[in-house]
Amino acid sequence: MAIKDLKIVGQPVRLRDLDTHVTGETVYYEDVRVPRLLHLKMHRSTYSHAKILNIDTAEAKSSPGVVCVLTHEDLPGKKKFNALAGVGVGPEDESVLAFEKVRWKGESVVAVIAETPAQAEAAAAKVKVDYEELPVVLGIDEALKDGAPVITAHWPNNHYIFPENHRAAQVRFGDVEKAFAEADHIVEDSYETQPIEQAPIETNGCIAVPVGENRITVYSNTQGLQFSLDTTAGILDIPTSKLRFIGGTVGGGFGGKVDMQVEPITTLAAMRTGRPVKFKYTREEEMRVSSSRSAWRVVIKDGVMNDGRIIARKITTYQDSGAYLRFSSYGGMKHCGHMPGPYTIPNVWIDSIVVFTNRAPSNAMRGFGVMAGSFALEVQMDTIAETIGMDPWELRLINAYREGDMKSHQKEVEDAGMVETILTAAKLAGKQLPEAFQNMSSFDQKAG
Amino acid sequence: MSKLRGTGFAAVNYPTGMHLGGDPTQSLVHATTSGNFVVTMSSVDLGQGLKTILAQIAAETLGVPLDTVIVDTGDTDTGPHCTGTFASRTTHRAGNAVIMAAAEARKAMLEVAAEKLEVSVEDLETDGRGNIHVAGVEEKAISVAETAGAAHFELGKTISGRGIFLKTPSPMDPDTGESDPDSTQAHACTVAEVEVDTETGTVDVLSIKSAYEVGQQVNPALVKGQIVGGAWMGIGHALQETTAPYYPSIDHTPGDFQSYLMPGAADMPQVECEVLEIPSRNGPFGAKGVGEMVTNSPIPAIVNAINNALGVRIKQIPVTPEVILRALDEKATQVT
Repeated sequence: MAIKDLKIVGQPVRLRDLDTHVTGETVYYEDVRVPRLLHLKMHRSTYSHAKILNIDTAEAKSSPGVVCVLTHEDLPGKKKFNALAGVGVGPEDESVLAFEKVRWKGESVVAVIAETPAQAEAAAAKVKVDYEELPVVLGIDEALKDGAPVITAHWPNNHYIFPENHRAAQVRFGDVEKAFAEADHIVEDSYETQPIEQAPIETNGCIAVPVGENRITVYSNTQGLQFSLDTTAGILDIPTSKLRFIGGTVGGGFGGKVDMQVEPITTLAAMRTGRPVKFKYTREEEMRVSSSRSAWRVVIKDGVMNDGRIIARKITTYQDSGAYLRFSSYGGMKHCGHMPGPYTIPNVWIDSIVVFTNRAPSNAMRGFGVMAGSFALEVQMDTIAETIGMDPWELRLINAYREGDMKSHQKEVEDAGMVETILTAAKLAGKQLPEAFQNMSSFDQKAG
Repeated sequence: MSKLRGTGFAAVNYPTGMHLGGDPTQSLVHATTSGNFVVTMSSVDLGQGLKTILAQIAAETLGVPLDTVIVDTGDTDTGPHCTGTFASRTTHRAGNAVIMAAAEARKAMLEVAAEKLEVSVEDLETDGRGNIHVAGVEEKAISVAETAGAAHFELGKTISGRGIFLKTPSPMDPDTGESDPDSTQAHACTVAEVEVDTETGTVDVLSIKSAYEVGQQVNPALVKGQIVGGAWMGIGHALQETTAPYYPSIDHTPGDFQSYLMPGAADMPQVECEVLEIPSRNGPFGAKGVGEMVTNSPIPAIVNAINNALGVRIKQIPVTPEVILRALDEKATQVT
């Protein structure tokens, strides 16, 4: 299977910036030195759900070192956004700076820009917001209950509405109910994951620098430079030609640097003050404010035959998006594309539901839409093996997809390799398999 | 009190590329007058080594030495568009864009060399050491540096190329879910061995043994880096990490690394792996995405190993000592 006669591809070439990573000489966004730098700190919501009655910035404005204070009234363009609006995801539900309501504890309300980080922080603490507390919804069950408090008017039942008014991103393949009736065993269970922090060494941040010609250069650690540029221009309603984003060397992302958290407001601050502005998340902000991996619940019902064939799999998945959508509908759809895992199952039914709660909005993390699914499926596979009294290796090998099999989203399997991978791992771990299993291949007749 | 050992495993697949496609990346390649090649992009290196592997892919395609390839990325004023570094996409998308751009630049380079050597382009090959020669006649040669200089100063030609990779968007049917969501699938199977202390509920991961099927490896050292780092993150997910330890409650939300516990170096077992290379149809030199998958297989493998050790059926992560002790209590109640 070796690919061509390769000379450089396939070689363990040394990482180009290895030395400077080790010595600390690699240049990240924060290493950019510009004169007259200002610092931005955010006044954040102290409630999970509350009506905003009044925002008083007078004391903050007169604090030492303060140069500029920004509320939702200062936003020149959008008041609400979704970073994927450019590719048709909507409606735009998230406040750039909160107005009317706050929907999670930590939501951005007022940006304070001052000569030093300490002055900005001290002044941000002096912003006074009068709130009227509203009932709080924190969990999936609570959010989906009839009569639950509504978090955002866009989602009257606290779940995302997919195209054609569907409650879920869905897969319908074959007839699961008919297959359940024919199955020798039904195996049902529910799996849960908690929210997880991406924990990059370098927290989210940027420095926005006015450079003449009404242009702003933004040094950013975003995972997508043009994406952040386009979204910033869209939120601030300025031509994309007025922005330049520089980055490309980032201290870890893991999905935690695809949010539009710092760039738009910092760019606006630079436009307003005419001076360079830096906004860098503290570790506490990175953990509590920046979006985490969401909590997932995956409910699986399988119909299984005595010989190990899984003939039906029904999956209902709930993803806790927190207070706003961000990329959760994408994660929910990706979940549909991934399930029912590396197995050929002739009858599959999937509902992937995005739920809104008064939590910090969740978003992408390494394995978005997939990790929780793989966790649930593979623990479920062991339960099936135990239920029908079959070796768990043999169960997976019987059901693993083969080249050309039809997946439940109606795409034929290409570049199959699950069988070979399982057999290699078995060998590595000293697992003895019967000869018939050792001789299996991804190019066998169809699975099952 | 006792320490119980168990083994578990898990098999997973993982898609390459942004779900449902529509995520292009472009690349521009040009020769300097002294025969170096600049690969201009705006793709982001998160530490995984993107700049290194793009240089390898460009050098391989151009047929020139690796150290004559300069990767210039990270500036939207100069670099053409990249959708971003996520969804295990960048080796695949950016790699293919670089191949396309470098192939066009190579063609331009060979045309200049052919003119200088007065031979036909089809007869020329590169030696990978900075020279272009007639196939089978090594002395009939011109250096890449001389070719680049001649192109610019004598012939008034550019040696450059443009590349893009786009998987055209495939919308998902809202009723059936029918779609072509990915470019290829990588595969992993991880076997974990654990030791559980039934008094404290703590879990030691004793070993992680995995097979990974990732298509052609562009750089095996960097693939190994992903595998070990991914196992590390997977162990954290399986046993320790949460921003809401009493989800859905928002109490006890950690705000620093004293309260958000991650595995340290001392918690890491030996990570053994074997890498299989089944080429993908459309990846650069047959590569598949590997960045995300490596975290996914250790998690269920570890949970299955814990369940195997204790004879319980834990169905949540992280499996903290509290989760283990409660599962043991529940098991004891069922027996009596």
